[in-house]
Amino acid sequence: MRGFLLVIGRDLRLALRQRADAWLAVLFFVLTAALFPFGIGPEPNLLARVAPGIIWVVALLAVLLSLERLFLADFEDGSLEQILLSPLPLELAVLAKVLAHWLTTGLPLIAAAPLLAVLFHMDAAGLGVLLLAMLLGTPTLSLVGAVGAALTLGARRGGVLIPLLVLPLYVPALIFGVGATDAALFGLAARPHLLLLGAELLVMLVVTPLAGAAALRQALE
Amino acid sequence: MADFEGRSLQCRRGGRDVFAGLDFVLPPSGALVLTGPNGSGKSSLLRLMAGLLRPAAGQILWDGRPIAEAPEAHAVRLHYLGHLDAVKPVLGVAENLRFWANLRGGAGASEAGLCRALGAFALTELAAVPGRLLSAGQRRRLALARLAAAPAELWLLDEPSVGLDHASVQLLAAAIAAHRAGGGRVVVATHTALDLDDPQRLSLDALAPPPLPEMVW
Repeated sequence: MRGFLLVIGRDLRLALRQRADAWLAVLFFVLTAALFPFGIGPEPNLLARVAPGIIWVVALLAVLLSLERLFLADFEDGSLEQILLSPLPLELAVLAKVLAHWLTTGLPLIAAAPLLAVLFHMDAAGLGVLLLAMLLGTPTLSLVGAVGAALTLGARRGGVLIPLLVLPLYVPALIFGVGATDAALFGLAARPHLLLLGAELLVMLVVTPLAGAAALRQALE
Repeated sequence: MADFEGRSLQCRRGGRDVFAGLDFVLPPSGALVLTGPNGSGKSSLLRLMAGLLRPAAGQILWDGRPIAEAPEAHAVRLHYLGHLDAVKPVLGVAENLRFWANLRGGAGASEAGLCRALGAFALTELAAVPGRLLSAGQRRRLALARLAAAPAELWLLDEPSVGLDHASVQLLAAAIAAHRAGGGRVVVATHTALDLDDPQRLSLDALAPPPLPEMVW
């Protein structure tokens, strides 16, 4: 547990010292989503209708943008080797790094979401469910992405491979995330969608440490 | 006493045998110096010993038990220093070292131990300097300071003296001597002369498999 917290603390400290990297995802999120009202016109009903889909797709791309850094720096400077040879089980180290990634990428996206909700004329009920869905969905994006990032570590131009590997796996989170927000906007029950998002999160919490650690071991051979 | 030994080890990389039929026995306080030309498998052997690689044949034993049976227990008793220094450019020298010492040493890693480790490799004055400003030799010394910051029974050092000046090589030799005096063992792959007391030598050149017959397409 101590080692787990140490790795999180170190990654957060690194993110704070390299603030440009941390801002990249959230700025991409806001700027890209803000382009849509210009592109499809300022009609409030239309914007409110497409808002959940646009916000989710852009959030997913923003997370994708930050995935390459997740293990690559530690791999290239030898830190990953040292972590593998430390008393901390590699599975827990993977989970710690993913958690730090979510805190520096997913959480800022959630914080920026209300801004976009205003821009897209989303009502309060819709925003509440959107935030809840993002709270359940963005950790899943980090977890699924971590497996992709770990698998492409040894490969040349691995950063280009990550989207090809990860985007199809993001589809379930996208469907249930948009479904929950849409349901709230139409006055239907968002609960089933949120439960499914939660279920995916739980599954990935188990799968990612195991699959990620196996992929990292392979990359370090 | 517990021995660290390898029996008829074979290492295969990329479909090619690097070495085969390699044996070694390293008792407590022992030092093993690996020699051989580039590509003879010194680094691969160190990675085998660390458990980062698996041998194609043969076994590595600690106290009579294969290390493959309990890789995590084996990782705890060794320090591996590879070609990479694991120094974060945005963290200071002391911050870099503190993370590794805490991760390895558990609650036993104290600030006093950290200062001692920095002192052992003449890094005390650089404690606040960020990693990106260090020279190659200073980064190497910081990597070496990890050895002193958290105790481990077995040191596996891959070209530890690369980039070090003469005085720093002396510090390294002193650290190894202190480690061995406490019953620790060390395996060093090196091209330069390192002042070690009565080391065993293992030349990997002699263990290379015969060259392959010319490929016929």
